[in-house]
Amino acid sequence: MEQHLQDLYEVLSKVDGYVYPNEIELNWSILIVLYPYITGLVAGAFILASLERIFKVHILKPTYGIALLTAFSFMLVATMPLISHLGKPFRAYEIMITPHSSSAMAIFGFVYLWYLMVVLLLEIWFDYRRDMIIWAQETTGVKRFLYRVLSLWTTDISPKAVALDNRIGYIVTVIGIPSAFLLHGYVGFIFGSIKANPWWSTVLMPVIFLFSAIVSGIALVMLIYILLTKVRKLKIDMECLDTIAKYLFYILIIDFVLEGLDQIHRIYEAEESFEVLHKLVFGKLFFTLFFMQGLFGTILPLLTLGTFQFYKPKEKIRKIIYLAISALILIGVFFMRWNVVIGGQLFSKSFYGYTSFKTGMIGSEGYLMAAVWLIVPFIILSFLLWLLPPWKKKEELPETQGL
Amino acid sequence: MRPAKPKVSRRDFFKAGTIIVGGIAVASAFTPYDAVLIAAEKPKKGKWYGIGIDINKCIGCGKCASACKLENNVPKAPFYFRSWVEQYTIKNDGTIIVESPNGGIDGFKQSVPTNEIFKSFFVPKMCNHCAKSPCVQVCPVGATFETPEGIVLVDENYCIGCRYCVQACPYGCRYIHPDKGTVDKCTLCIHRLVKGLQPACFEICPTEARIFGDLNDPESKLNYFLKNHTCMVIKPHLNTGSKLFYNALSSEVR
Repeated sequence: MEQHLQDLYEVLSKVDGYVYPNEIELNWSILIVLYPYITGLVAGAFILASLERIFKVHILKPTYGIALLTAFSFMLVATMPLISHLGKPFRAYEIMITPHSSSAMAIFGFVYLWYLMVVLLLEIWFDYRRDMIIWAQETTGVKRFLYRVLSLWTTDISPKAVALDNRIGYIVTVIGIPSAFLLHGYVGFIFGSIKANPWWSTVLMPVIFLFSAIVSGIALVMLIYILLTKVRKLKIDMECLDTIAKYLFYILIIDFVLEGLDQIHRIYEAEESFEVLHKLVFGKLFFTLFFMQGLFGTILPLLTLGTFQFYKPKEKIRKIIYLAISALILIGVFFMRWNVVIGGQLFSKSFYGYTSFKTGMIGSEGYLMAAVWLIVPFIILSFLLWLLPPWKKKEELPETQGL
Repeated sequence: MRPAKPKVSRRDFFKAGTIIVGGIAVASAFTPYDAVLIAAEKPKKGKWYGIGIDINKCIGCGKCASACKLENNVPKAPFYFRSWVEQYTIKNDGTIIVESPNGGIDGFKQSVPTNEIFKSFFVPKMCNHCAKSPCVQVCPVGATFETPEGIVLVDENYCIGCRYCVQACPYGCRYIHPDKGTVDKCTLCIHRLVKGLQPACFEICPTEARIFGDLNDPESKLNYFLKNHTCMVIKPHLNTGSKLFYNALSSEVR
């Protein structure tokens, strides 16, 4: 408490121009930067998985399982930064019990649950049911018990039953694609619908969030795939990696165009808030916007991936570059979220001045806590990859292949 | 060979379509769309409170801001205000300087030399008790609400402290109470209103720059004030249905 007040006094001494007295404190901190970031990774990873399943891009098969489990691991954690940021975390359930119908945020609980329970959980279960039954027969002890529980004690792996699994899995994925769009588009709407804030209030916000989400999710699966094959000392499927890179390139173009359009529109219209935002962009957001998000997170990956579309260097070099590019994109999208969430609170709604952002390493809203929420999904993912290794899935008989 | 008959005939398609669309329409009739615009109709009966502030009369003594803190136990630190005063100074070269040290509680010192000043004035700020409150609209649990008298309140036993309303308020009138973890804002001293008293900031104002009253009562002081002055709300383009009307509001004020 004392520390919090001290921090506020320090921020007060650094206020540039005039801000409303209640605006000195930044209300949404790094945890709220993480929340759209993590949900974005979920949506993106799921879209990549559905490319294989629905759009029949079978070349992406090696990443299908990884993408699904990645989406699931991050989804489990997605609400944690939000809940731990609440002033009254133990009242979080009220959003579910007494949602306010006109609040964009109130829909969150439902969209989240729908996506987690109905889409992701069902898809993974139907995808792994047959394998879990087989693994339960092949293993002993706790692991065997786990598989039996997870498969809900089902035992039928007849071709007919497996065909039904595939059919349901397919339907769930079909439902999942618009759900993924809804999940993340809606997160963008939370910001885009705030008319009080000209940095947020744009009709493009949900679409921008969606496409940057897809970009980040694909980049994450790409990174995990490269690292996993390295750890497992296997030869990487370059054709698969090139295809992912191709999709990444296309969606990055859309994302770049949309964000560019948003800014051009803002500059051309040059409304009342233009001056304050102009100074914000060239001042407090200069480094994170132009360098982290723009140059490293967008332009460099775009140019590199673009070049690869007609000139492909040797596999070894390409692999290293893909690794670097995916990491850069992940950092870039993180800073995109940063620039939206933090940037939107740095200027006063009086348009007469700027406050600043201060957070420490420790504390429930410090950098360490944020790092925890970014690391936990990887721990969950490691466990899931151990329990449900996609590479150990038994090949299905030809007649039971998906629809 | 004739092509196989499609599984879903056109008739079936239209039938299913009609049922779905009709079903949605019927369901919608039972749960009427309560967008903030519709919810914000001015009631024809009962009280409908509004506020008037005469900028020409404000002397920047800051008594309103300090009375508010005392009356409502607002934290003393200069980051939490339900009511504050801003000093606007427009220099000869057109530069606008806005200041509000400690919300004006300790009074003001003019930082610009007199010969450089084109004009200067004070603007008391507080919750606008909007009729189409963006803060009420976004609250995920409905902890903040408008009373039938048009006062925007917060149920602190219900607020989850998500801070969405703080982001949604265009006037910076909300803060998170540092001890409670829930949002806090002007209540128009409803605890005094129910006793027939005026809100603290109105009662203490030495120049009667603040006028409080019932917009539904044609004889009220507020309606008299609104009739006889050219009044404006802040940020009218945001269509928040603000019920805080300023006389002599300069375009510089935001």
